[in-house]
Amino acid sequence: MATRSRLGLVARRLAGAIPSIIGVVVVTFVLTRALPGDPAAYFAGAAADAESIEAVRHQLGLDRSLPEQFVGYVVALAQGDLGTSVSSGRPVTIELAERLPASIELTGLGLLFALMVAIPLGVLAATRPNSWVDHLCRVVVTAGVSLPTFFSGLFLVYVFYYLLGWAPSPLGRLDFIYLPPPQVTGFYTVDALLAGDTETFFAALRQLVLPALTLGLFALAPIARMTRGSMIQVLSGDFVRTARAMGLRRRTVLITYALRNALLPVITTLGMVFSFLLGSNVLVEKVFSWPGVGSWAIEGLIASDYAAVQGFVLTMAMLFIAVNLAIDVLYTLIDPRLGMDG
Amino acid sequence: MTSTFARHLVYVLRDNPVTVVAFGLFLVLVVLGLFGPLLAPYDPLATQAALALQPPNASHWFGTDHLGRDVLSRVIVAARLDLLISVCAVTLSFALGSSLGAVAGFYGGIADRVIGRVADTIMAFPLFVLAMGIVAALGNTVENIVYATAIINLPFYARVARAEVAIRRQAGFVDAARLAGNGELRLLALHIFPNTLPPMMVQVSLNMGWAILNAAGLSFIGLGVRPPTPEWGIMVAEGATYIISGEWWLALFPGAALMLAVFCFNLLGDGLRDLIDPRKRT
Amino acid sequence: MAAALLAVDRLSVSFRTRSGVVKALEEVSFAVGRGEMVGLVGESGSGKSVSAYAVMGIQDPAARITGGTMHYSGVDLTAASERDLQDLRGCEMSMIFQSPRTALNPIRTIGRQIADVLLRHSGATTRTARDKAVEALAQVRITDPARRYGAYPFELSGGMCQRVMIAMALACDPQLLILDEPTTGLDVTTQAAIMDLVQELCRARNMGALLITHDLHMAADYCDRLVVMHAGHVVESAAVATLLSNPRHPYTAGLIAATPAPDRGLEAITSIPGSLPDLRGTLPPCRYRQRCTRALPACDLPGLAMTELDTGHLVKCRNPL
Ligand SMILES: Nc1ncnc2c1ncn2[C@@H]1O[C@H](COP(=O)(O)OP(=O)(O)O)[C@@H](O)[C@H]1O
Ligand SMILES: [Mg+2]
Repeated sequence: MATRSRLGLVARRLAGAIPSIIGVVVVTFVLTRALPGDPAAYFAGAAADAESIEAVRHQLGLDRSLPEQFVGYVVALAQGDLGTSVSSGRPVTIELAERLPASIELTGLGLLFALMVAIPLGVLAATRPNSWVDHLCRVVVTAGVSLPTFFSGLFLVYVFYYLLGWAPSPLGRLDFIYLPPPQVTGFYTVDALLAGDTETFFAALRQLVLPALTLGLFALAPIARMTRGSMIQVLSGDFVRTARAMGLRRRTVLITYALRNALLPVITTLGMVFSFLLGSNVLVEKVFSWPGVGSWAIEGLIASDYAAVQGFVLTMAMLFIAVNLAIDVLYTLIDPRLGMDG
Repeated sequence: MTSTFARHLVYVLRDNPVTVVAFGLFLVLVVLGLFGPLLAPYDPLATQAALALQPPNASHWFGTDHLGRDVLSRVIVAARLDLLISVCAVTLSFALGSSLGAVAGFYGGIADRVIGRVADTIMAFPLFVLAMGIVAALGNTVENIVYATAIINLPFYARVARAEVAIRRQAGFVDAARLAGNGELRLLALHIFPNTLPPMMVQVSLNMGWAILNAAGLSFIGLGVRPPTPEWGIMVAEGATYIISGEWWLALFPGAALMLAVFCFNLLGDGLRDLIDPRKRT
Repeated sequence: MAAALLAVDRLSVSFRTRSGVVKALEEVSFAVGRGEMVGLVGESGSGKSVSAYAVMGIQDPAARITGGTMHYSGVDLTAASERDLQDLRGCEMSMIFQSPRTALNPIRTIGRQIADVLLRHSGATTRTARDKAVEALAQVRITDPARRYGAYPFELSGGMCQRVMIAMALACDPQLLILDEPTTGLDVTTQAAIMDLVQELCRARNMGALLITHDLHMAADYCDRLVVMHAGHVVESAAVATLLSNPRHPYTAGLIAATPAPDRGLEAITSIPGSLPDLRGTLPPCRYRQRCTRALPACDLPGLAMTELDTGHLVKCRNPL
């Protein structure tokens, strides 16, 4: 009974993402085709002559009406065709696919780090109001949202690379003395482990630490803030009082009773956190010369490589929608109260 | 009424000295923005190859950059541009976002749904990435940085305004004004909207910091502002190359200025919230 | 009183708040014996819950016990460590609360919540805990307990949730049960059903119970003795019949007069003038002084204490009725 309505709810969530997807497709189309200026000239790149611009115009169907163009755009998208990058002459889809694992590995590790620090910090701050942990939490929360990621990244490089010499040079995913592991997932750390090459694994991990830390520091603030607030609210709740009145151990009360409930609103804010992360990722990739989609998009922006930027924006938006969807579904599966009402 | 507010103000400020610090910082920023070029000890654009990459010293407090320009002067002069970009962006998105949100909250129905859909669509993008796409589409100029930053902040204002207006639509004082013969639009503009301003101001202040960060981030990756114009984001970008060789002052000072500015607006926002909504404390 | 299961003696509790120290309890004494149900009555804010929380050791972090003792079966609760108190709670003494729907964890099945208590105290294994929890649900007459085991609180009615709370509180066979307004928020027929159930279970197990309520009727129906509280003081305590027929403290009399009764018309109801005093700062010896119509100059003298006017009938008043 409950399971079926739960499945229905998941299906509804999936369906709910459709308007967002349509919106994203329309916006990217509008951004590239319907604005003042000559899109053909944009797509052909800065160095194109009149003839190649005409060729591009025809190839993109820019000589047709807007609705026709839109249909063509959607059809191409459905086939995974995001056009061709003028700087490399290669399909945008392939270029993106090559670089996406680097970005996901970085963002994922950054988020993991943020969660591992922010949740305990928020819990400790909530259980010990006005203690030093609480003050630390408050400082971290305010400083975290005020720190420009590119600045904190450079700061970490200065301290851990230049001053202390602990970190490797902030140039890419792997020091040049190592060869990338044979590609399976595209994540160097995972691939190195799969190949049983621990040395390369640690080399890849060393390169990851500082950029992931930079991203994590940024994502930490909203998660810690939410955990603390939510935890304080839950701890003053009636059912925590009941758990204490039943003599349950402090650990059980804090973790099984309070934290599980407190994490529900935290999960919903993860969507917003991810939006920030995907944006900051671009900046961090530039600081650390990380060969992901972000730094590629920056190159595209500077070189007026239009298809590249458009493909990047679209991919990031789709990724973001997918993440939000996953969060929604997760929430639906965790909270039993959903699935009953409305 | 005013005296209780004043007492509350004193209470909040005494209770939260950080807000006082933030307010002081805010005044400094305003002064720098208004009189920056007069206060700068050197010409921010004057290059002096012989003095390149000097660490902070008595004559150049923040050191000099790779072209021998005085970093302190550049940091000071940059305040105006950075603040101008974000003030313009926030003003734009406040004006547009709050009007749209107010209309959505007041009339409901189709208007609400369309405006809500637009806001949702913007929010469906990672916001900084959308800003990159907008600048790419509109062209790589400072004005377009302003537009892009304004657009990505629009949904926040629209949502706050919508919620605040929707709560007040049926409030007693609105009914009274309606009975007194005020037209609907007049009701919205003169009676409801002004009441939503306090919570909107909190949003503005919190949003300023985030707008500054976004604009600086865009110029950090090479959009909008062009060298040699002094701007904090681009100065950090230029200084980034020198971090690896230990010339930290190029990036540190503009970065710190940026951070302090953002910090200041965030603290002000928190302070304002305490001031406006005393329930959130205690 | 040596045989008392729970003996609270001159307990004082205060809260440190931003706006000063709140003297929530001052020299509060009462006792609960085995097989006895004692009612703790008084208007809202008089300190009933604070007393109960202090006994259970689950008071707010801002609370400080500033004096007095509490003994459970001879164990000094004020001196016991948090660990020892934890072992007692839910096992030797249990408590149920008002608004049962929020008093249960919303995202954990009710069966698991009962099993948590069993696992904690009764040495049950994960497997036996389940059976025991189902058994506990059956004891409070929940139909089809095995299926209800997997229900979430939001799937049950308020009355049903209160039954679950009772099952949880009694799962480990405690000797003492504290009920803090257990029927507030439930409809009248459910109220009676819940109270009948509690009474029956307490009698069957020869438990001591402390029933906290502002409903004098309910207290009269189920309790053996009543303790009347006002503004953090116990003002009177006696056997139910004595207290209702012959109240000696003006506040108790006022409380009785303010309670609608079947044999009196509504017009006969009189409310007590004034409201509870502010519990911050210095307070007069008698906290009812400002509201009292029988006040004497002597009422301002220090040294007001509980006096036994009859056997088992204690009053804190210089000018009793
Ligand atoms: N956490 C607290 N902080 C400060 N004062 C409190 C707190 N809890 C209770 N009090 C004080 O104790 C008094 C008694 O409260 P309580 O025991 O809840 O009353 P009731 O008899 O209605 O259960 C209240 O009037 C209040 O002033
Ligand atoms: Mg109470």
